[in-house]
Amino acid sequence: MKTAPFGMCMRSTPGRLGLWLAVAAIAGCALAPGAQTAVDKAVDTAIDQRPVAPKLGQPLSPAVSAGLIANVFPDGRGLPAGRGTAAEGAPLFKAHCAACHGEGGRGATAEELAGGSEPLTSASPDKTIGLYWPYATTLFDLIRRGMPMQAPGSLSDDEVYAITAYLLQANGLIGERDVIDRDVLPRVRMPNREGFVGVDAALPAAPAASR
Amino acid sequence: MTAPRKPQPPNARRQWLRRSLALAPAAGMAAHARSPADERPAWMRAPGAPFSGYGQPSPHEAALIRRIGANRQAPGNGVSWTPLEELDGTITPSGLHFERHHNGVPAIDPAAHRLVIDGSVERPLQFSLADLRRYPMQSRTVFIECGGNSNAGWHAQPIQRPVGSFHGMVSCSEWTGVPLSLLLAEAGPKSGAAWAVAEGADAFAMNTSLPLAKLMSDTIVALYQNGEPIRPEHGYPMRLVVPGWEGVLNVKWLRRLELSDQPAMARNETAKYTELQPSGRSRQFTFVMEVKSLITSPSHGLRVAGPGVVQLSGLAWSGRGRIAKVEVSADGGRHWVPAALQEPVLPQCLTRFRASWRWDGRPAVLKSRATDETGAVQPERDVLVKARGRNGYFHYHAIVAWDVDEDGAVRHVYA
Repeated sequence: MKTAPFGMCMRSTPGRLGLWLAVAAIAGCALAPGAQTAVDKAVDTAIDQRPVAPKLGQPLSPAVSAGLIANVFPDGRGLPAGRGTAAEGAPLFKAHCAACHGEGGRGATAEELAGGSEPLTSASPDKTIGLYWPYATTLFDLIRRGMPMQAPGSLSDDEVYAITAYLLQANGLIGERDVIDRDVLPRVRMPNREGFVGVDAALPAAPAASR
Repeated sequence: MTAPRKPQPPNARRQWLRRSLALAPAAGMAAHARSPADERPAWMRAPGAPFSGYGQPSPHEAALIRRIGANRQAPGNGVSWTPLEELDGTITPSGLHFERHHNGVPAIDPAAHRLVIDGSVERPLQFSLADLRRYPMQSRTVFIECGGNSNAGWHAQPIQRPVGSFHGMVSCSEWTGVPLSLLLAEAGPKSGAAWAVAEGADAFAMNTSLPLAKLMSDTIVALYQNGEPIRPEHGYPMRLVVPGWEGVLNVKWLRRLELSDQPAMARNETAKYTELQPSGRSRQFTFVMEVKSLITSPSHGLRVAGPGVVQLSGLAWSGRGRIAKVEVSADGGRHWVPAALQEPVLPQCLTRFRASWRWDGRPAVLKSRATDETGAVQPERDVLVKARGRNGYFHYHAIVAWDVDEDGAVRHVYA
């Protein structure tokens, strides 16, 4: 619009002022119920000082449902079909992960995942998967949703199982030919499973693997 | 800059002006009407810059920026710190609010973005940004602090860095958005639901579990930061704001809340954001950011001008509520004096404190100690380290000490 800003304000003021006066009158009666008049009461039925949700939530569309990434829980909920072994995972780890996590997961620009030996009570402990992580299911969840950093979501479920198996094997928790799938993964015994204490929320008491 | 001219008596200026006018040719009158004796600065002698669509800081403040520390193999994985020592007041400018990203800032199309609430609910629902903008809103001015803020405090030697590059993963904004309780009520949590797994729409698809009770009480799905739509690096178009709880739980680019009977035990609540203790066991689900304070002026790397009155200023905050008291000491904690608290003192919000210190020019150690409205007191470093060891990494909140030497140089010490 080419009109001068002040001109615009002047022209629109009477209409806006009227609207504001009406809103102010309604808001005034909502905030101070003691001061209601008969006229205000009629208006008051449509106005509520308390927040009223318009309830606009829609059922999940097929497209949105298809785009969800399943959260993997300690009991195995969220794990897909598929399988993998450490032997299959070794070349995948080398290709997709070793640049940041180092050869064998020993750490580089990203944290070490395997190979540490300093216990958690030492002065400089190794917080590797085998020494620190309480649940094996966390690995699958993290790799599927966020790895590799340059192309997250690019690995198949079989490949994620294989890299998960490789990291468990690199930490001495399973054998090279052991198959990892949705039934086995929640049952992998993690050495530090009991090593955590809930502070602002209690830890779930039930055993993790119920499948 | 030219050297300041000698002031002349007013009548001498007038005589000079009269002579100048008498000599000026008629056509040049206007151009020469200004007296050379007029000492107004250059920017008052010509029209200023025109209006701008979006205001920017002065070019003279170009050095006032966040300090970035990232993984060279993955530059979107890292942090940027708020330069606390260069700011005053309590609100952090949005462009200087600290960042923690796990794999960069996503370029989200707001029209395509959906927030999903599903899992253990009666009615799984999706909401568009346009939908959420029609909901009742609420504003909260609160701090957000990374659980890993101040982690250099666990080091054996005091880190020699400006306060913002050490403690600057805390910032404060006014956040406006939809109370999450309204959206959860609409979806209808099932009776066994006790947790929700929140997920962001970033390349990490960052997920973390939160107790449903906190989400039902004061958590907001924020759409606005300091009055404008949230900046991309802070979660555009929507994020969780979980007042007083550690930063990672305030999930940016929020796209999903899956309700469940149990936490997911995701990477950022097990392998990270847990604190290894000397016993070998680790503290988990340490959600609340504990009471904390530090003096930002003067602070490490700055210099006190000289003996005389020195203005002390700093920040205090607690995830448990309001700051009740901040005390300051100039003798390493032997004597404490209450500082003045800048009103308003809001719960789970940065609180500015100030005090004037008469410095006699002798070496001194400055400290601040905060107490919140629950009675929690910020601990001395040796007390915290004795209780927690030095391998916890997260949730360092001990008293910070600045040594001032005879020359006024300020450096970080353990004292």
